[in-house]
Amino acid sequence: MTKFRRPGHGNVDVSKTLNFSFDGKSYQGVQGDTLASALLANGVHLMGRSFKYHRPRGVVGAGSEEPNALVAVDRGQGRITPNVRATSLELYDGLKANSQNRWPNLKTDIGAFNNTFSMFFPAGFYNKTFKWPASFWDKVYEPFIRNMAGLGPAPEHPDPDNYASTYGHCETLIVGAGPSGIAAALSAARNGGRVILCDENPELGGSLLSTPGVQIEGKFALDWLAKSLEKLRKTENVRVMSRTTAIGYFHDNFVALAERLTDHIPGVEIGPAREKLHRIRAGKVILAQGAIERPLVFNGNDRPGVMLASSAQTYLGKYGVAVGNEVAVFTSHDSAYEAAFNLSDSNIRIPAIVDIREDIRTDLKEQAEQRGIDLFLGSAVSKTKGKHRIKSIEVFYPNTGSKQMIGCDALIMSGGWTPSLHLWSHSKGGIKWDADLAAYIPDQANENCVSVGACNGDFGVAAALNAGTKAGGGRKKFNTNEFDFGTGISLDTLPNYIDTSKQKAFVDFQNDVTEKDIKLAVREGFKSIEHVKRYTTNGMATDQGKTSNLNALQIAAKAVDQPVEKVGLTTFRPPYTPTTFGAVAGYRNDQLFEVTRKTPIDPWAEAQKVVFEPVGIWRRAWYFPKKGEDMHQAVARECKATRESLGIFDASTLGKIEVVGPDAAKFMNLMYTNPWNALKTGSCRYGLMLREDGYIYDDGVVGRLAEDRFHVTTTTGGAPRVYRHMEDYLQTEFTELDVWLTSTTEQWAVIALNGPNARKLIEPFVEGIDLSRENFPHMAFREGKICGVPTRLFRVSFSGELGFEINIPAHYGRAVWEMLFEAGQQYDITPYGTETMHVLRAEKGFIIVGQDTDGTVTPFDAGMPWAVSKKKKDFVGKRSLARPDLVAEGRKQLVGLLTEDPNVVLEEGAQIVADPDQPIPMDMIGHVTSSYWSEALGRSIAMALVKDGVNLTDTDVYIPMPGQTHTARITAPVFYDPKGERLNVV
Amino acid sequence: MKYSARTLFSQALKGHKNWPEQFPNKEPQKDYDVVIVGAGGHGLGAAYYLAKKYGITNVAVVEKGWLGGGNTGRNTTIIRSNYLFDESAGIYDHAVDLWDGLSQELNYNVMFSKRGVLMLAHNVHDVQSFQRHVHANRLNGVDNKWLTPEECKKFLPILDISQDRRYPVMGGALQMRAGTARHDSVAWGYARAASALGVDIIQNCMVTGIRRGKDGAVEGVETQKGFIGAKKIGVSAAGNTSVVMDMAGLRFPLESYPLQALVSEPVKPVLNCVVMSNAVHAYISQSDKGELVIGAGTDQYTSYSQRGALHILEHTLMSICEIFPIFKRQRMLRSWGGIVDVTPDRSPIVGKTPVPGLYVNCGWGTGGFKATPGAADMLAYTIAHDAPHKINAPFNLDRFVGGRLIDEAAAAAVAH
Amino acid sequence: MLLIHCPHCNEERPELEFAYAGEAHIVRPNEAEQAEMSDADWSKFMFIRDNIRGDHAERWWHAHGCNMFFNAIRNTVTDKFTMTYKVCQKRPTEHQIKVAKND
Repeated sequence: MTKFRRPGHGNVDVSKTLNFSFDGKSYQGVQGDTLASALLANGVHLMGRSFKYHRPRGVVGAGSEEPNALVAVDRGQGRITPNVRATSLELYDGLKANSQNRWPNLKTDIGAFNNTFSMFFPAGFYNKTFKWPASFWDKVYEPFIRNMAGLGPAPEHPDPDNYASTYGHCETLIVGAGPSGIAAALSAARNGGRVILCDENPELGGSLLSTPGVQIEGKFALDWLAKSLEKLRKTENVRVMSRTTAIGYFHDNFVALAERLTDHIPGVEIGPAREKLHRIRAGKVILAQGAIERPLVFNGNDRPGVMLASSAQTYLGKYGVAVGNEVAVFTSHDSAYEAAFNLSDSNIRIPAIVDIREDIRTDLKEQAEQRGIDLFLGSAVSKTKGKHRIKSIEVFYPNTGSKQMIGCDALIMSGGWTPSLHLWSHSKGGIKWDADLAAYIPDQANENCVSVGACNGDFGVAAALNAGTKAGGGRKKFNTNEFDFGTGISLDTLPNYIDTSKQKAFVDFQNDVTEKDIKLAVREGFKSIEHVKRYTTNGMATDQGKTSNLNALQIAAKAVDQPVEKVGLTTFRPPYTPTTFGAVAGYRNDQLFEVTRKTPIDPWAEAQKVVFEPVGIWRRAWYFPKKGEDMHQAVARECKATRESLGIFDASTLGKIEVVGPDAAKFMNLMYTNPWNALKTGSCRYGLMLREDGYIYDDGVVGRLAEDRFHVTTTTGGAPRVYRHMEDYLQTEFTELDVWLTSTTEQWAVIALNGPNARKLIEPFVEGIDLSRENFPHMAFREGKICGVPTRLFRVSFSGELGFEINIPAHYGRAVWEMLFEAGQQYDITPYGTETMHVLRAEKGFIIVGQDTDGTVTPFDAGMPWAVSKKKKDFVGKRSLARPDLVAEGRKQLVGLLTEDPNVVLEEGAQIVADPDQPIPMDMIGHVTSSYWSEALGRSIAMALVKDGVNLTDTDVYIPMPGQTHTARITAPVFYDPKGERLNVV
Repeated sequence: MKYSARTLFSQALKGHKNWPEQFPNKEPQKDYDVVIVGAGGHGLGAAYYLAKKYGITNVAVVEKGWLGGGNTGRNTTIIRSNYLFDESAGIYDHAVDLWDGLSQELNYNVMFSKRGVLMLAHNVHDVQSFQRHVHANRLNGVDNKWLTPEECKKFLPILDISQDRRYPVMGGALQMRAGTARHDSVAWGYARAASALGVDIIQNCMVTGIRRGKDGAVEGVETQKGFIGAKKIGVSAAGNTSVVMDMAGLRFPLESYPLQALVSEPVKPVLNCVVMSNAVHAYISQSDKGELVIGAGTDQYTSYSQRGALHILEHTLMSICEIFPIFKRQRMLRSWGGIVDVTPDRSPIVGKTPVPGLYVNCGWGTGGFKATPGAADMLAYTIAHDAPHKINAPFNLDRFVGGRLIDEAAAAAVAH
Repeated sequence: MLLIHCPHCNEERPELEFAYAGEAHIVRPNEAEQAEMSDADWSKFMFIRDNIRGDHAERWWHAHGCNMFFNAIRNTVTDKFTMTYKVCQKRPTEHQIKVAKND
């Protein structure tokens, strides 16, 4: 048994010894310990170093409010978690933890020189210095500051653990399973609705676990607790979740719960989810988060061994650990007496209770006297001594000025209580200042939410039980024999004879913010509490000010001489406690990060060892390299084969929308720039779509299946937005039109065949369509069968060659592809990917929306006036095309570019100038939008958007690149077969 | 009092008891030459430049809350100027020029850290788009260079460039002159420097109306602290611009959206630059305190609630973990929301309004912090001269009528 | 994540099913009006928004549901919906909004 363990106390299993190490040294704890309780049981208080001054620090709290005792936990295989609170870290056999922010070790830390010179580092010091010489900032000061930064160790390896997430629903969600939460769950469960009760701790019970001596309805607290929990666990409509922190309260009663699943399990393997995020939509939320005890702000209050009174009580009551042999008490609140008496009754000597108040309740005086405890009323602790552990305190009696040193090995303190408003504030509930409690408490709710128990200012076990019961819909009133919680006072400054500039009275322990810093901030004009917080960093440490915010507020309020409620309160921000990124991200990582859309033909391409290209969330076949080929060689071969014989391309990703109804043509007239009335059934046409601002939005070929039915295709990336765009106009603007829209992208697989042998290949497979030149001309569109399955067959060409786009039901896509590919061997059929498709279309000057246009290009800029109906009185974007800047001279227009050196392939995105000799900044007249090696032409080709480009045809422009300027001539953007004769191959 | 290591030392010996107020909070006088509405970095900066560069010192800045409490104190502090269009490159690079040396000019360290901004490309379209940026920037004299995946890895060793990831790194654009600054210090530094030049900063003084004379020109602002006369009014109210403009009878091409950001717990230095990935939606740097500072997306709906949704945070963190699997075990410490005002082309409006004497600086969307000194200077210039400078002239209101939009986002739109 | 009542499905569904679609009751000028309209007025139709701090009439699309567009009154300060209604219905009066709030 370790020295400070008190057998017979606590809810731990002393028969189960656990071995663990802290900073490489081996210790023993027991089942049920936290790292903090186990270290305390071994007499270790020094657990960390502060952020700014690297001061040695001991544990202050016993739960998630802990500011000091932060450790890094190493689970092996790269699983190092920084900044874990030792007070929340469940002990397991083999635990390895290390202290942080110290070098070379916790007891001797070089970084502590900051502490020696701390007088030069007050709040905001960095604003005032490191400015001269200016060149030193970039090279010396800033890198130095950056290297000093940080608390826990930086990650070095990818986290191999998995995370999960889920949604949940309930009628009542109860956050916090102390007495009020459990009472609320018991009464809410009776209504039959689904109840979720969650608590951040492994064990439910809250404050009851710290005060096992209290009797509820004549039963000891732990017995009442066990019975209540058993009842809840047996109730079908109740879900009890331990190790589950409510991290944030979002709109409409949407609460995020983070559950820790494996951190407490020894030797846990990689595989099962480490944490799980539950996103709960609740009918009603009952917040029973409790309250956090407030430290007292006095000179020397950060010495290891100084801690909250309630924490000492918890270490004894819950873990059976004495925080010291001689524990002094410093308080301004009655509740600390309960802690003192509990400790005293467990044979821990209490050398003194120092109380700021001149007068206290008689029963407290009597009980102290009975236990032989010396009371120092109207007094304060004015200094503490001890290097890595407190050794003594000095008690100062301001009325006489007398001082007295008292030996101790721990000092427990209480400055009153702060109701936890975190989730209430996330929900935008109102708060009000309660002068008696010297704290804010909930006011008007903003959601269907109630706050009960200590977080609502209802202190004491019976009050909590009653409030919880009421919130759950019950009426029962509880009897307890509890210690009267009592009252306290709250002083902004504690009496001391030492000059304030020589005191070290910490408010925010982790960030080393002192009372002086807050007063300095106010003196310098930072008078709003948000300013004080930002200037001093008070409340911005990993505990987010759970123990420090109200003390800071009171000190600031006094300094600006305003009532506290005028100074405000800093806003609480989610999460309640730091939450693992992985838990928030869930399972969505790497290949599960985002769905990869694949076409029905994708597996075939994969088997051919194709190189894929990500396009939006699709993956598309990019090019099909043969052994030893690079991309350039593969694309050249694919282009050549297609132009000379036959290429096959998977165009299934094209967006497809079926536009149906009596007014379908009218609707198309409004959505596209082109005229549709004259388009005959059985024909198709290139369609151009604008946004209302007149800029090109999308394009695609549209076939007319019947008077009232169009098969519309869109760009791959544009499909969802075009569909939305159409639905929006149809439902909200052109409501008189009788039209139905259906997205059919996934219904059809699309195989594009291009090349002089395309017709020959499909002829034997097609039924019900006359493929002859006369009866199935370019831009014809027929329904029939291919390979025995229904098809919508387009005769279109995005390559300039004889071309067909074969639409077949998606599930036949691969089979038809394979049949055609097999039969195509006689023509040396060549599969090609998006790169070859791009080259072939660029040779013909066909645009790719989003590459050759960029959201600022009109149809006229793109050289497509022919696509814009002059007769139509209205279509989306028409009015905007008449705006002055859209018809102005000097707009950028799409042109072709031929480099002087035919072997130079320009970089896409390269900028174009008229005068290559001008100094920087240069006047750029345009940029290269598309640029390729053209195997058919034996030279490079490019397309570009150039200011007044059409008028510049046949003039030279310049492309200044690093080290070299290229010359190119502006041409028409059609490079290959300008007359389109190749479409007419027999 | 001039700030320096020496004053810090001498004040330390006196127990830091003699530091003066950095920016006295004033009660309003009867009237001013110029009233700036909004005491963020932009508004305070405009007041400073009015006094410092353009000789107008009878200036007040009125603020409904506390200075620097809006988007100035709620952003992810990224500074860069590698924009595509000449107009954007012009105004953002002017800002970066001013950022350089701002600490010395203000005698207040704003911690501008030129650690570099690396924008990652994840598909062919990104590559094309970023190279277009790099080339345009090069010819505009704006620092920005293209890195191969291997060069990205060399610059940022923690980057995973394996090509079998869902979004592989296909290269990146690096602007070395870019980086971060300490956001609060920017507001405080301008406030202090402006105060020293005679500018009155009036906090907790919400503007409730804009008074206009018979000729339509402004006469002053109605506030919680009474009427304040002003010959000219500059509005720099970010998310609340529409509300203020409405007081002058103007409706604006603006919508206000919630934008969230978050930080992790502090850890030792691990990320030496700013990393942005548009395709994956990840924006991250590490502060001088050690916190990972992460920008999240906007919610889809307009709102003034400064309260964002959980699924935005989920998406943000899954994106961060996707780019940096080593950060999966880090922990989110604090998240918060701001209100960003967005124009139809997502470029700002800085200039005159149809109301004589009323000037505006708004519409910075998610990118306002980096522009702070540049936007402030341009607003001040425009107020002082009753005409825009050539840098901010393109960012006028008329472009929405004529159609000469400056649409960086559309120019980077996803293709085919 | 907001909870949104779809007036077509007559159900409250999570925001993830919906897409926001901007301010409501901005009517697109017809062809005759367009022909008459000044560039400035056309620009107002396209770009000028109330961006109101308070009760905002706005459009939503039940994209992953019934596929219908509908309108809503939502307070942009609290993000709370007062009511949702079909596209064909008129913008509610202030009185109607008040009544709906008290329901």
